[in-house]
Amino acid sequence: MSEVTVSRPPVRGGVGESVQRPDGIPKVTGRFEFLGDMHAEGMLWGATRRAWVPHARIERIDTTPALALPGVHAVLTQDDVPGHRYQGQALTDQPVLAEERVRYWGEAVAVVAADDPETARRAAEAVVVELEELEPLTDLELARDRGEVFRHIPVRRGDPDAHGEVVVEGTYVTATQDPAALGTEAGLAIPDGQGGVDLWGPTQWTHVDLTQLAACLALDPGQVRVQPCRIGGAFGSREDLSLQTHIAMLALRLDRPVKMVYDRTESFVGHVKRHAGLMHYRHEADRDGHLVRVDAQILLDGGPYQLTSQAVIANSTFFAVGPYRCDNVFVDGYALRTNNPPSGAMRGFGANQPCFAAEAQMDRLADELGLDPIELRLRNAITQGDRLATTGQLIEHPLPTDEVIRSVTAIPLPEPEDDDEPLHLPGGTGLTTPRDRVVRGIGYAVGLKNLEFSEGFDDFAEARVELTADGAVVHTAAIEVGQGMVTVIAQVVRSVLGMSRVEVAFDHTGQIGSAGSTSASRQTQMAGNAALEAATVVRDKALEAGGGDHLDDAGVWRGDTLVTSLAALTADGPIDHHVRYRHRPTDEPDADGQGELHVDFCVAAHRAVVDVDPDLGLVRVVEIAIGQDVGRAINPQQVHGQIEGGIAQGMGHAVMEEVVLDHGVIRNASFTDYLLPTTLDAPTVEAALVEQPSPWGPFGAKGMAELPTMSATPAVVAAIRAATSLPLTRAPVHPEDIVTGPHDAPE
Amino acid sequence: MQIERPRDLDELLAGLDSHPEATLLAGGTDLMVDVNLSHHRPETVVALRRVDDLATWDDGFIGAGVTYARMEAGPHPALAQLARTVGSPQIRATGTIGGNLGTASPAGDTLPFLAAVDAEVVVASRGDRRRLRWEDFLLGPKHTALRPGEVIVGVQLPERLPQRQAFAKIGVRQAMVIATVNCCVVRDEDGKTRIALGAVGPTVVRTPAAEELVSSQQQVSATMLDEFQRLVSDDVTPITDHRATERYRRHAAGVLARRTLERCLPR
Amino acid sequence: MIVTLEVNGERRTAEVAGWESLLWVLRERLGLTGAKDACQQGECGSCSVIFDGQLVCACLVMAADAEGAQVTTVEGLADATDLHPVQRAYVDEGAVQCGYCTPGLVVATAHLLTEHPDATPDEVREALAGNLCRCTGYGSVLRAVAAAQGASDPAGADREA
Repeated sequence: MSEVTVSRPPVRGGVGESVQRPDGIPKVTGRFEFLGDMHAEGMLWGATRRAWVPHARIERIDTTPALALPGVHAVLTQDDVPGHRYQGQALTDQPVLAEERVRYWGEAVAVVAADDPETARRAAEAVVVELEELEPLTDLELARDRGEVFRHIPVRRGDPDAHGEVVVEGTYVTATQDPAALGTEAGLAIPDGQGGVDLWGPTQWTHVDLTQLAACLALDPGQVRVQPCRIGGAFGSREDLSLQTHIAMLALRLDRPVKMVYDRTESFVGHVKRHAGLMHYRHEADRDGHLVRVDAQILLDGGPYQLTSQAVIANSTFFAVGPYRCDNVFVDGYALRTNNPPSGAMRGFGANQPCFAAEAQMDRLADELGLDPIELRLRNAITQGDRLATTGQLIEHPLPTDEVIRSVTAIPLPEPEDDDEPLHLPGGTGLTTPRDRVVRGIGYAVGLKNLEFSEGFDDFAEARVELTADGAVVHTAAIEVGQGMVTVIAQVVRSVLGMSRVEVAFDHTGQIGSAGSTSASRQTQMAGNAALEAATVVRDKALEAGGGDHLDDAGVWRGDTLVTSLAALTADGPIDHHVRYRHRPTDEPDADGQGELHVDFCVAAHRAVVDVDPDLGLVRVVEIAIGQDVGRAINPQQVHGQIEGGIAQGMGHAVMEEVVLDHGVIRNASFTDYLLPTTLDAPTVEAALVEQPSPWGPFGAKGMAELPTMSATPAVVAAIRAATSLPLTRAPVHPEDIVTGPHDAPE
Repeated sequence: MQIERPRDLDELLAGLDSHPEATLLAGGTDLMVDVNLSHHRPETVVALRRVDDLATWDDGFIGAGVTYARMEAGPHPALAQLARTVGSPQIRATGTIGGNLGTASPAGDTLPFLAAVDAEVVVASRGDRRRLRWEDFLLGPKHTALRPGEVIVGVQLPERLPQRQAFAKIGVRQAMVIATVNCCVVRDEDGKTRIALGAVGPTVVRTPAAEELVSSQQQVSATMLDEFQRLVSDDVTPITDHRATERYRRHAAGVLARRTLERCLPR
Repeated sequence: MIVTLEVNGERRTAEVAGWESLLWVLRERLGLTGAKDACQQGECGSCSVIFDGQLVCACLVMAADAEGAQVTTVEGLADATDLHPVQRAYVDEGAVQCGYCTPGLVVATAHLLTEHPDATPDEVREALAGNLCRCTGYGSVLRAVAAAQGASDPAGADREA
């Protein structure tokens, strides 16, 4: 990459500034057109017939009663899939519509298109689906024993005979968490009249959707244009296909636009969730608290189809120890096939579950050693020059574990409260808890996660920068899901060009190559670097053509003299440059899980302060402080927004968020019973940003938005442990766990 | 679908007389959930929000159309406390006491108050008006004594309601939550105490043994509070569901009842 | 059936079916897609509108019963040239991420500040408890409300007294 210099004076809207989102005004005025707001002339409405059993053999499907309803145009089943009948990012093992068997509660069996949504719904109901119910497999240990394994990753590092003097063991469970983005899945497919289709659907990676869609629709990839979408949040849930293939099939069959919108209950079964985890851990340390050995077995519940489970379990396995040094590490990670709802990506992508377990283990170890839990963590904190405990990879770049821990402990603790305002007490407006029954607890947790794709994946992002008389436009297929990609890319390019007139164009799959997934904390660095490199070339071309030494919105300057206007400079056409950016290659793991598997890492440390009513088991999370590694904050306001939002999701999973599963059936598939934190639940957040520039991220930036969620959950649960002196080995912590024992405990 | 939008009680009762099986629409906060989820497609709806007679609140008579927002600002402390816990401000602006009674959820938040004060439910049809004690009205989960052609007009509270009254509700969120257990205690000057709990049985329940224990006492000792708590826990008949276990609800009912009673005792 | 109501100061008429909510009519019959449909149960506040002076969830209003009502949606807050101060504050404070909850939150905030301009930070939190946001964790939302109230220290919004 050529040398980057920030032009003088600092450009308006460049790196380091809290630039406002260009979509902010359309969003506050209600004019921003989300997927579900889209409309096409002559469109039909789609609806999905689902099977509300977790496991069954399909005896018969009869679509004729549905087709007989007036206003119904098509009813399609798996037999109608024109091409490859299965989809999936890695292994295509998920039938487009249920085939022979129903493998999870709510699986789609048929889709219909009708004149209006009410008719479509009635038609979906009218499809006859005869099922023979089968026993669902929902137990993780049973799934492992039966060999229902998507992927098993062994890690064997160091001396199998090494042991420490101090040993702590534990079994930990994390429940299924729903990403619960506010916008439910919605989509619109418009046939192009030439056998192809334009498709708007919830996505975080249009090009990986394209590959699957073209195969299932039996079309040339050029005939399918997956459009950038305007969706209400993602958090991983849009990485796998939901309704895209269904609406495209209907639209192509009927040669009419088809729109579909999931309601909230459908959304719960229509997108992937955070894997439930069952983890056994054994930590061994010497008397000084240095980790000598870690053994772990991690079981993740993948649901019936592979989706991204093979990569999720890699994160769980390789981050099993957390941000600590240890030379003898033995881990077995299993992603398992069950009849629970399909799991996939969610903020943190498999690193969260072991973080919950391993951080609880660190607290147990500190307790066993009589050491302060912060001191124990500092003694083991991994940093540049150390080796990752699991894979043995040398940490080549700055990794401020020590600094994030010290920065969070430096934040003053919140004052003790003594008022009787119910909003400041556990139980809130329910008036459950007098102040004198409240016990305060403080807990810590530290998280470590990879950035970008790992394990030898050919990871790249394309960008094209185009300079015209009106300024510069950056083209990318990265997805703006609300996280702020739209400002970050523009800010990087502004700082390279020295121009404030920079816009981002989100292109469809026919206009530009892949940006890779908008996930894995990767787009700031990947799309950001692609844009940076393209902008650098465009700038150099412009300066050469104009004969100057710097650029701004007016044109090319030599010293204080404007030598060429932008209009003159681009009179013969835009100056542009296209880049396919790759990070340095990574290894696939060897048979022992060893190798240089990751490009880079990020750390964060959380401190949670909770108030607990031990008699009723109610918890109020008072404050969460965080020390966060960001490399460099390109947009500080957005960094704080990601931190606060990420923390709310992590604390939600600590005290309320759980997809309640009963033999594969979701018992709380609505916002009445899947509880998200409200304004009264979300804690005050205090954040300290640790800026140690990444040597390769654009302007030193790192991707940072997964860590705030990851270690928030264990920090909150640690705080509840501190308040109650209970072991609390499961997230979320329910009131039962504090006062009477959990749901599955014997009465 | 057909809708009637009566403006007064006579019009309403006449409409119900013509459509005795009509679906009654009050604040919509329960009915519209069923409609939105396609669980319910009413053929005839009688909308109640324009009926001024239902929105009256005269001393001990609370019209069925009185919203939670009005209860929150009203004169009865426990009623105001419970109203504050119901849903969001948006729900409280439209949801009504009549709707809460008509839905008859085991977790309905007005019900412990109405049971604790021994309220009567006033229902009317064309040419008839009945007053039913709360337990004669609430027959089971989502099941009431309301007959076709009848509408809930309001609730009649007894005269001279004690000011020592308190409500409490457990949910796993600081607001916006369906009760895991809810509870109301009222205590007269002479010590007579009534307690009612919701979400711990098929309908709201009173716990007579616990009431009796503390009713004769001007001073309630710590030992007696322990016993009161135990009696409440023993008397309730909760179930395990996705919101809470039977065991937790039983335990929490006792703790909550005790604390709510404590708020009604002189300090 | 035909329903006539006043939306954002304009008389509007729509043919509605019995199962339709006010939210459906606004979005699908009247082309006002600002209010969002995210839960169908009045649990998320994304469809908040002002209905005869009260803040309600439009998904819980039966369209057929909205006859004669006055409704203000997010589209009716700004005038032709200027954003409503609440809208401005949400943009300035970075309280908009994915933006799906934003119309509901903006309407709820505008209503709160009309009814209760001096709401304390606690009162603001309680008043907005019915508007779920999955992106922001509410910190920037509370700072935006404080900014719209003209508070000198917007950061004080997330520190309770």
